[in-house]
Amino acid sequence: MLDLLWLVPAIPFAGFVLLVALGPRLRHSAAAVIGVGSIAIATVIAFGAAAALVARPPDARVFTQALWTWVRVGDFAPAVAFRLDALSTVMMLVVTGVSFLIHLYSTAFMRGDGGYSRFFAYMNLFVGSMLVLVLADNLLLLYFGWEGVGLCSYLLIGFWYQDPANANAGRKAFIVTRVGDTAMAIGLFILATELGTLDIQPLMERAAASWPAGSALPTAAAALLLGGAVGKSAQLPLQTWLPDAMAGPTPVSALIHAATMVTAGVYLIARTHVLFALAPAVLFIVAIVGAATLLIAGCSALTQHDLKRILAYSTISQIGYMFLALGVGAWSAAIFHFMTHAFFKALLFLAAGVVISELHEEHDVFRMGGLRRALPVTFWTFLIGSASLAAVPLVTAGFYSKDLILYEAWASSLGGPWLWLAGLTGAVITAIYTFRMVFLTFFGELRQEPAGRAGWRMQAPLVILAVLAMVAGFVELPPTLGAAPAFSAFLEPILPAAPLVPGRTGALLWLQVAAGIAALGGIYVAWTLYLQSPAALASVMRGAAAQAIHRFWFAGWGFDWLYDRLFVRPLLWLARVAARDGIDHIYGALAGAAGLGWRVLARTQTGRIRWYAAGLTAGALIVTTLVLLS
Amino acid sequence: MAEIPVTHGLAVAGVLFALGVLGVLVRRNLIFMLMSIEVMLNAAGLAFVLAGARWAQPDGQVMFLFVLAMAAAEVAVGLTLVIQFFRRAGTLDADAASTMRG
Repeated sequence: MLDLLWLVPAIPFAGFVLLVALGPRLRHSAAAVIGVGSIAIATVIAFGAAAALVARPPDARVFTQALWTWVRVGDFAPAVAFRLDALSTVMMLVVTGVSFLIHLYSTAFMRGDGGYSRFFAYMNLFVGSMLVLVLADNLLLLYFGWEGVGLCSYLLIGFWYQDPANANAGRKAFIVTRVGDTAMAIGLFILATELGTLDIQPLMERAAASWPAGSALPTAAAALLLGGAVGKSAQLPLQTWLPDAMAGPTPVSALIHAATMVTAGVYLIARTHVLFALAPAVLFIVAIVGAATLLIAGCSALTQHDLKRILAYSTISQIGYMFLALGVGAWSAAIFHFMTHAFFKALLFLAAGVVISELHEEHDVFRMGGLRRALPVTFWTFLIGSASLAAVPLVTAGFYSKDLILYEAWASSLGGPWLWLAGLTGAVITAIYTFRMVFLTFFGELRQEPAGRAGWRMQAPLVILAVLAMVAGFVELPPTLGAAPAFSAFLEPILPAAPLVPGRTGALLWLQVAAGIAALGGIYVAWTLYLQSPAALASVMRGAAAQAIHRFWFAGWGFDWLYDRLFVRPLLWLARVAARDGIDHIYGALAGAAGLGWRVLARTQTGRIRWYAAGLTAGALIVTTLVLLS
Repeated sequence: MAEIPVTHGLAVAGVLFALGVLGVLVRRNLIFMLMSIEVMLNAAGLAFVLAGARWAQPDGQVMFLFVLAMAAAEVAVGLTLVIQFFRRAGTLDADAASTMRG
């Protein structure tokens, strides 16, 4: 089964090619079969390969499949090779499994859309690119998948391109992530020129052998790779594209947020963790970026009205947790949170898609309400997803992963109380905005009757993901709750455990209690403010300072405004100025001369045959005269 | 019979040709223009025959037969076009057929 590994990315690509080639000639059912079927086959093969890998003894759980040499330039010969180890297995399973559920959901969600086969073509390309990214044994191949993912995000965010706003959102996502990608490309150049290879394993060994920790080169390379990760994962300061990415169809949002795209940055840092461990300064920046992002995005999520934008900011915030975990060296905690986040965030987006389509494209949570009885399946699954996002203790997967991050942020020698406090504050905010969303959407009085168009193909993925959002946490039980860390033990050969300070580990139980109180307290606050006494909230919000803070958070802390002033407008001004320079006049004069010549010569074509005959005669006479006289 | 000098014959051919050209240029009636073209062709034919006689070669007369055949073909096509044009435009004025101006 392991030998079939190359089929896992190849089949989605084949599905893409098929859908593009046959395109609009396909009936919807055929396009759906190709689109979903290719992902289903890839998922089955992925699970088979993973099972074959797990059957091996723990220290032999690495499988490399070299397909061919991509290019050969002197000593530099990157291969198209896939590597399956514990880390890429987790990523591959989550990507294929969650993508399959999202595809299944999309077959019903996109029903009646004019671009049905185009949609599935892009989605397949997206999943295929992401699989190349996670399976690549080589940073160049990883970069190929990385750019493929960026392209697909552009195509899918701007999927309904007839509306210029959607096309602009797609362009913004592409350009902003391009900024990070450029930094990453430069980082790859440094690695390739200094260490002579881009194959990940030899690269890491050479880096560890030839670069002392904290020296300039690994710091520069890690910082540049971090730039790429920050762009792709929508972290400070390149997070502005993600809220606008909600312009795409809802399954696309689910795919971008849960399975593909934004987690690529987390994966990149985990994959190259040896390099980052050589650059403690950069690692500290990773932690700071994560902590700052989770707080900033959480505060913005508190103020949004659009259901999907709340979820978008919550994604930025949760990826911030993953970066925080990476920054304190808790690699497997970050991947653990990636996995649980993939389940509950896909669930929340798909459920939000049901709500929005049931309410005739209504996005504003303040115009929703009371859907609890009208949409029971959606309500319960959304509630489970929200509980998992808010990390309700013991029963949800989100609790176990977030708790692990908070604990390691506290106890790691790279972390400390301040990072822990930021994470805990973020947990309170997360609980508040999550349940604000739940209470406004599903509780209160029914504002609008749902249309009732969600069939089993939209509800089955919700139920499956809801189950996963509850039980996925049990793969890693902390010492206080059974002490069965199966997940981190599985990742141990690839991702070493966090460097814990022995004196700080005793606080685990108290930290868990604090995290539990944070989550439940946040839910209580949301309940008080949005269900119990909305009047109190309204009176607070009337204050001028509260209004100003609300506006500031609502606008995403003014980053869009700042970038508009700092980059967009100067560039447009420069373009306007440069458009009026002298060079254009030369070409303008050439064009004018050609036009003048045309006007003159067009006069001679009178259409009168006798004029032409006269012209011929005159010409013949002149030539004859010249011949006779010479 | 005294032989006519070649230059006289060529002069006649030149005059005939010039008359034909003038006819094409000044006549507006398409039928007359076609006839003028026939005159020009015959002027050329005369020059060929003269040249053949001058060098005692048959080629000149052979060429004249070619010119005759070509003139017949040209008249057939030309008259067809003239009839078509007359049906469409209701006139034989060549200047009326000037819709293809630049």
